[in-house]
Amino acid sequence: MIDARHLTKVFHDKKRGEIRAVDDVSFRCEPGRIYGLLGANGAGKTTTLRLLATLLKPTAGDATVAGFGVATAPERVRASLGFLAASTALYGRLTARETIAYFGQLNGMDDALIAARTKLLADELEMHDFLDRRVDKFSTGMKQKTSIARTLIHDPAVLIFDEPTLGLDVMAARTIVRFVRDCRARGKTVIYSTHIMSEVEKLCDAIGIIHDGRLLATGTLEELRIAYAESDLEEIFVKVVTGAGKAAA
Amino acid sequence: MKTRDIFTVYFKELRDTLRDRRTIITMFVLPTILMPTLIFGFGFIASKVVRQARAETPTIMILGAASSSAVRSALEAHPRIRVVPAADDYRTRISDKTLRAAVELPDDFDAALARGEPAQVRIYYYEGELKSGFAAGELDRFFRDYREKTLQARLDSRGLPATLLRPFDVTRQNVAPPEKVGGNLIGGFIPYIIILLCFTGAMYPAMDLTAGEKERGTMETILCSPVGRTELLLGKFLMVLTGSLSTVVLAGVSSAITIPLGGLLFSRGGGAAAAASAAASGGTMPLIDPLGLLACFVMVLPVAVLFAAAIFTLALFAKSYKEAQSTVSPLIVVVILPALAAMLPGVELNAKLALVPLLNVSLVCKELVSGVFQWDLLALIFGSTCVYAAGALALAVRMFNREDVIFRT
Ligand SMILES: Nc1ncnc2c1ncn2[C@@H]1O[C@H](COP(=O)(O)OP(=O)(O)OP(=O)(O)O)[C@@H](O)[C@H]1O
Ligand SMILES: [Mg+2]
Repeated sequence: MIDARHLTKVFHDKKRGEIRAVDDVSFRCEPGRIYGLLGANGAGKTTTLRLLATLLKPTAGDATVAGFGVATAPERVRASLGFLAASTALYGRLTARETIAYFGQLNGMDDALIAARTKLLADELEMHDFLDRRVDKFSTGMKQKTSIARTLIHDPAVLIFDEPTLGLDVMAARTIVRFVRDCRARGKTVIYSTHIMSEVEKLCDAIGIIHDGRLLATGTLEELRIAYAESDLEEIFVKVVTGAGKAAA
Repeated sequence: MKTRDIFTVYFKELRDTLRDRRTIITMFVLPTILMPTLIFGFGFIASKVVRQARAETPTIMILGAASSSAVRSALEAHPRIRVVPAADDYRTRISDKTLRAAVELPDDFDAALARGEPAQVRIYYYEGELKSGFAAGELDRFFRDYREKTLQARLDSRGLPATLLRPFDVTRQNVAPPEKVGGNLIGGFIPYIIILLCFTGAMYPAMDLTAGEKERGTMETILCSPVGRTELLLGKFLMVLTGSLSTVVLAGVSSAITIPLGGLLFSRGGGAAAAASAAASGGTMPLIDPLGLLACFVMVLPVAVLFAAAIFTLALFAKSYKEAQSTVSPLIVVVILPALAAMLPGVELNAKLALVPLLNVSLVCKELVSGVFQWDLLALIFGSTCVYAAGALALAVRMFNREDVIFRT
């Protein structure tokens, strides 16, 4: 489970001055549910997720991931989560198997366990043909599967996806979407960031619309539809970010 | 601190690096062939050029001496020069290398000598041209002999002893042991090469494991694994250190094999002439104290740590491999300068200089290879370099923990 309380991140940029990339963001995500973080470019999605993954330290606020505080136990937080982003690339000179094993080792797993998990994941993801080939010779789809396997090797309770379908074709994107659903079915806590409305509609149990670092609207798709008197998520999104306000208010 | 994680990272980086052709070439291939190439290539060319120049009998021209057949026939009879007929264009012919040198004598040189009057001998040659220099040297020697003989004849005719003009003889006797001589010739050069290799060996892995990873997007992947930042840094740092040290060791081993081999080849293959010419071109195979050389490698250990940590820290700020190259490369000057300064004659090691990083190690290595061990200074230098290295490593750890360095946009 993920619990973010008043998360705030301020960057100091020489040219742009102070940037409040994440501003007082609070939300919860329960096991067996997918929380969708919807926002435009530069809205603060990646920064929020990096705060949860302890890659960045919050300027203010706090969060717990699987019961561990991001500030107090960052290494245990990372041991409990799998982080997959468009920007998390693989080591090109390692084979898929070596890549998966490396992350297994860093998660404190022993060789027998790593071998067993690798076999299981390779079965599920149909990776056996290229398991012992070098990653830099892979197609995008093969890389994507390898990334999923290295994210899941330690069977984490929490999964964080940051625009995982970015740059993928329809088939590869469907693999991801199916796999995210599988995670939910296994009782994982999933957080999924994107700017693609249809993915949110298909996947997410709860939605948070983020704009300029602020979480402007949260709720299930149904709750948002009622609150903004729109059935189309895109229309809701535009209303939220332009500040058109709730229909009922 | 989890030691297991450090080694997990280290072995992964080692495997990764060993599969990178670019790093393999700079870390293993270049240092291995550097010394043999320098020694054989340079030694071979130098000894060949000199041997060729010596083998040739230089052509010279006699100007003037119209009525001086004695000196003329003595010159013509000289086996190591060949006299060609005089011509007015001797200057251009020397410049064009069709003539090696010319000697100008007064027409009545023989008669002037007989009368005991002073006479001028002028040798024309091309300064800096090896073969012309040899020809001029040959002429010089000939006329010095000729003068000696004339002198001897004059003294004899007056019944005077030779010691009249040579009241005493001066000779210089070298008391330094041969290894000290060898050490000073090449001693400044060896630490210079070791330190430079130490640097270049660290450079490529350091840039690849920091800026290279950022550029390829793998930095974020590894940072969201449970491995601690410090463990990750130390694993990577060990890899950089491995690069630095393996470069030095490989160069050391390959020179240990090729230097004696080169000595054998160039002294035996070309015979006495080649040996003499090698000496003339400064290419004597030096006697190096092997224990001192080993001590050099020990002294260089903390330097390798210093380099690895310093380059690592610098490269960490760069967003791409290219950017890292442009920030790290200028550092080479900082490395070369103290090592070069140590080669200057007259720069002697003392307690104050023993605290100057790099310069101290360069200076002490120069002493070590010549078999001189000053234990108190050695301890001071090793200790101070360790302190600098620890400082650099601590800085690397701090920078690696700074998110604005890792996620610089
Ligand atoms: N390390 C950093 N230093 C300075 N500013 C940053 C840094 N990282 C992000 N920002 C800024 O913070 C804001 C939020 O960026 P973020 O990457 O979180 O947005 P995003 O929602 O993920 O957008 P995108 O769809 O482009 O991925 C942007 O204005 C960005 O320029
Ligand atoms: Mg983003």
